[in-house]
Amino acid sequence: MPVLTLEGISQEFGGLRALDGVNMVVEEGEIFGIIGPNGAGKTTLFNIITGIYVPSEGDLIFKERRINRMATHNIARLGIGRTFQNIRLFNKLSVLDNVRVGSHGISRSGFFKSLLGLPSMLREEKEIKSRAEELLELVGLYDKKMEYADNLAYGEQRRLEIARALALKPSLLLLDEPAAGMNSGEKVELMKFIEQIRQEMKLTILLVEHDMSLVMTICERIAVLDYGRKIAEGPPEEIKNDERVIQSYLGVGA
Amino acid sequence: MFWEQLLNGLTLGSTYALIALGYTMVYGIVQLINFAHGEIYMFGAFAGLILVSFFGFNLIAAMLAAMLFCMLLGILVERIAYRPLRGKSSRLSALISAIGVSIFLSTLMALMAGTNTHRYPEVIAHQSYHLGSLDLSLMQILILAVSALLMIGLQFMVQKTRIGKAMRACSQDLDASYLMGINVNRVISFTFAVGSALAAAGGVMVGVYYNAVWPYMGMMAGLKAFAAAVMGGIGSIPGAMIGGLSLGIMEIMGVAYLSSSYKDAIAFGMLILVLLIRPQGLMGQKISKKV
Repeated sequence: MPVLTLEGISQEFGGLRALDGVNMVVEEGEIFGIIGPNGAGKTTLFNIITGIYVPSEGDLIFKERRINRMATHNIARLGIGRTFQNIRLFNKLSVLDNVRVGSHGISRSGFFKSLLGLPSMLREEKEIKSRAEELLELVGLYDKKMEYADNLAYGEQRRLEIARALALKPSLLLLDEPAAGMNSGEKVELMKFIEQIRQEMKLTILLVEHDMSLVMTICERIAVLDYGRKIAEGPPEEIKNDERVIQSYLGVGA
Repeated sequence: MFWEQLLNGLTLGSTYALIALGYTMVYGIVQLINFAHGEIYMFGAFAGLILVSFFGFNLIAAMLAAMLFCMLLGILVERIAYRPLRGKSSRLSALISAIGVSIFLSTLMALMAGTNTHRYPEVIAHQSYHLGSLDLSLMQILILAVSALLMIGLQFMVQKTRIGKAMRACSQDLDASYLMGINVNRVISFTFAVGSALAAAGGVMVGVYYNAVWPYMGMMAGLKAFAAAVMGGIGSIPGAMIGGLSLGIMEIMGVAYLSSSYKDAIAFGMLILVLLIRPQGLMGQKISKKV
């Protein structure tokens, strides 16, 4: 069953066509990679999927539901979590609160009820806290839960971003260059981690990444974007040998 | 004499602080200087006056009702004048819109109530208490107590509750907040509501304390409170409290030891001085731009 379907998605920014008729189907449970040179439209695509941009043309379907014009926070609540190319944590909130903020969006009682401090509220708050702590345990940040996010090391901040996105209980997780700035050892760790959360949380993962070895290793299918157009799609071996991909992206002779 | 003046300064300062909080909270989240905030304060003073004079409310009930009324007014102003502009135009347009709302609201009140100064009927006993050599009026006690209560309540809400966390998240990264499922528009409405309620409480209390309510009272009070917010470090809640209190104290001291005609000059002179020494304000964070 497809989790996410893009039908002829185009995005224009004042005459510039950042995306041009992109079709894509992401199946449940797979790790799907998007690659392409700088400016190919990868992050734009993420911004469309998460509702930051409304696509100029085309349809966006998440679990049989059209979400083109849905508000960003509602898309997040439907179960699409994401991380950012350049880390965007809430720096002046504690590590724990960063994760909790994500849970609050999907919790049953709203802001105003929560001010009343009803027993059901307190129970829910407790659940949210213990779930947040579980997630921190999973990413290995439990011991630092009271630190400001600001004070974490770079790699830890990346993991916290993932934990925060997971707090939304997403079924689809978008990772925007998760390996950026990591050394090769950290990249191996990251790949294991991505594989682990996919299985434990039954996730579908869509990732944008520049590191070819990482993409080729963990993705089951890959789409290649170039100047806003999808020029190829398929399993890693096929992409590696695709004539157009080699020409436009991997470089001649690669 | 000195302690007496310090007390007067604290009283005046806590009303500045109540108004300054609205400026700083709104700025913290949407980076907008809400110039209509002084007029919300003025509407609060009038709402209280009407309730007390025509409906026989006692002071506390009138204050609570005025706070509720201004909450709705604040939400309405944001809905009509700021939200349609958000994300679609520059921050400057929203600022101009805020100035427009400010002028609209004050002239609207001038049309409805006339430009004369109105007075609260006697709603609180002219009683004073002695604390050593200090004379404390009942109204001063009320202002200090209510302001302290509201500020402690606000601090609790921002630090401990869910909505407070959402407010802090929004003030740190609006886009990331959307993506974490936070209903940002609702958080912004809530922020306007809380800020407006605080201003309304200040408006009612100042109206009674100085026994004067008029349509343009929001202008100078708003400017002073804005100065207090900037002095404390705009965007910082403790900063607005400290900025408001110190501005009130300095102003009263200036009047007492220099001359009352320098009142406003002292307030804004202090603002300039503080900003020269600490451009980010007393409690503000230093922003170093990445190059």
